[in-house]
Amino acid sequence: MKKDTRKNKFKDKFDFWATNSEEGGWNISSTDEGSQKMLEEENAKQIKIQTGTDVIDDFVIDEDTSDDERMIVNMGPQHPSTHGVLRLQAELEGEVVRRVKPIIGYLHTGMEKTGEELNYFQGPTNTTRMDYLSPLFNELVFSLTTEKLIGIEVPDRAKNIRILMTELNRISSHLVALATGGMDIGALSMMIFGFRERELILNFFEKTTGLRMNHNYIRPGGVAADLPDGWQKDIEEILKIIPEKLQDYDDMLLDNPIWKGRLQNVGILTTKECFAYGVTGPSLRASGHSWDLRKAQPYSGIENFEFEVPVLNEGDVFARWRIKVLEIFESLKIVEQALNKMPKGPYKIQDKKITPPPRKRLDESMEALIHHFKIYTEGFKVPEGDAYVAIESPRGELGCYIVSDGSSKPYRMHVRGPSFCNLQALPVIMTDSPIADAVAAIASLDPVIGDVDR
Amino acid sequence: MSSEIINTSVEEYKKLVESLHSENYEMMVDLTVVDWFRKKEPRFEVVVQFLSISKNQRKTIKVFVDDEGLSIPSITDIYPSANFYEREAFDMFGINFLEHPDLTRILMPDDWNGHPLRKNYGSGRIPVQFKNAPKVE
Repeated sequence: MKKDTRKNKFKDKFDFWATNSEEGGWNISSTDEGSQKMLEEENAKQIKIQTGTDVIDDFVIDEDTSDDERMIVNMGPQHPSTHGVLRLQAELEGEVVRRVKPIIGYLHTGMEKTGEELNYFQGPTNTTRMDYLSPLFNELVFSLTTEKLIGIEVPDRAKNIRILMTELNRISSHLVALATGGMDIGALSMMIFGFRERELILNFFEKTTGLRMNHNYIRPGGVAADLPDGWQKDIEEILKIIPEKLQDYDDMLLDNPIWKGRLQNVGILTTKECFAYGVTGPSLRASGHSWDLRKAQPYSGIENFEFEVPVLNEGDVFARWRIKVLEIFESLKIVEQALNKMPKGPYKIQDKKITPPPRKRLDESMEALIHHFKIYTEGFKVPEGDAYVAIESPRGELGCYIVSDGSSKPYRMHVRGPSFCNLQALPVIMTDSPIADAVAAIASLDPVIGDVDR
Repeated sequence: MSSEIINTSVEEYKKLVESLHSENYEMMVDLTVVDWFRKKEPRFEVVVQFLSISKNQRKTIKVFVDDEGLSIPSITDIYPSANFYEREAFDMFGINFLEHPDLTRILMPDDWNGHPLRKNYGSGRIPVQFKNAPKVE
């Protein structure tokens, strides 16, 4: 008894010491991860969300099934078709999905908190790990927000390299979506094909940035390094091979009766529902609304490139698959133009306060050494203010909101991940359809859990 | 693309959101919170981004939440996309969104103590505890 009181006396102190926190201690016992679970009985608002009838009530339930056939099943978090660690709880009525509740947070690593501890120079290292299939977009949005706060514009060559790299990244990301989506539905060759073609692009990324993923290549003030020697040849090879392979996919799947039967008229998402749930990107364009931030609110000089925005009206899983193939063709057009009109000049801004000097200058110039030291130890300061910048990532609107208090670290860094928002539409497309279509529905939204949980 | 910033109060917040919805701001794009710990009074600022697709415009609403109660009306009934964002804000900052259908933790485990993104919540010093591992005394 005596021991306990002493423990309590020092408890607050100990907690503060251990956590460096005024917010109280942590729960040292193992956590109950199952407690967010879906209940047998929920309130009316919850049921509306879980059955996906919040916006348009198109839910038809067979009244004949008895309560005995109703059960709540758990899917994931370790399930190959959930694209990571997404966990779903679904209430089934016989074969039909009645309610769905996505449960997330299994990959939460506190990246927004980490972002407050890293300075602007280190920031892209952190954000690039969020959406791990399109890392360059995360770096780009962070860099654009920082540049907007400072009020600088990067040189033309840097802009063009950024467009080239991000559009290549869009192709590689869509290829993974096609590959894993095909695998989920049973087109196993698609899995091998998609990853095979992605390898071409990843090899180019490795040559340019040094890494296959999580590049930290696009940084505030430009890009980390110039394109390698002979990059034109690699791009020409990509431009030659990928359209041929896409033709193979079309030959295999476009008129395939099994593929069409599994995907057409499954998981329909209307434009109105897309607006209500904040669904953007390919899923919105597959629902019949032409909206692309590259056209509407251009960034990084993409208004100088000619391309079209493909739109399909069906809004089903098939349209969401098809639109990704069409977007790869458009991205290839942009890559080709970026190859042909790559301007000469510096690849990063020539402000020594923001970008470090080249390595060889350090041996010659004292000033260069000082600038280098300053940037690598404390970073650069960003004026007070806040900014929200959005770009079109392969999954939709990727936004970054940074609040600066005038120091070299962001006061608050928030990333609006498109997957996080798109996931809310999952009940709409999964309910009132057979359990066999659930996997196709998840694959069509293409969620990346690193982007959902951050 | 810069967005128009509107500062408002908690009482007027919901009315303003309703008027934005009727002005063809179809999407609520983002909702987040900034913790001005020991810098500003009141402490928490809710920042909501809206997007009008038909007009190609953006608007930002900023609201300071009173320190007592930390509550603000939920806009889930107007914009269903606010659901996850408000749960995230509750999880990370402890803001109460009144009349939210399911205000539970979304990213952290349900029995977590504290709100991690608050400025007075230290980072990096919480030891990792594995399930069924021997207890640390």
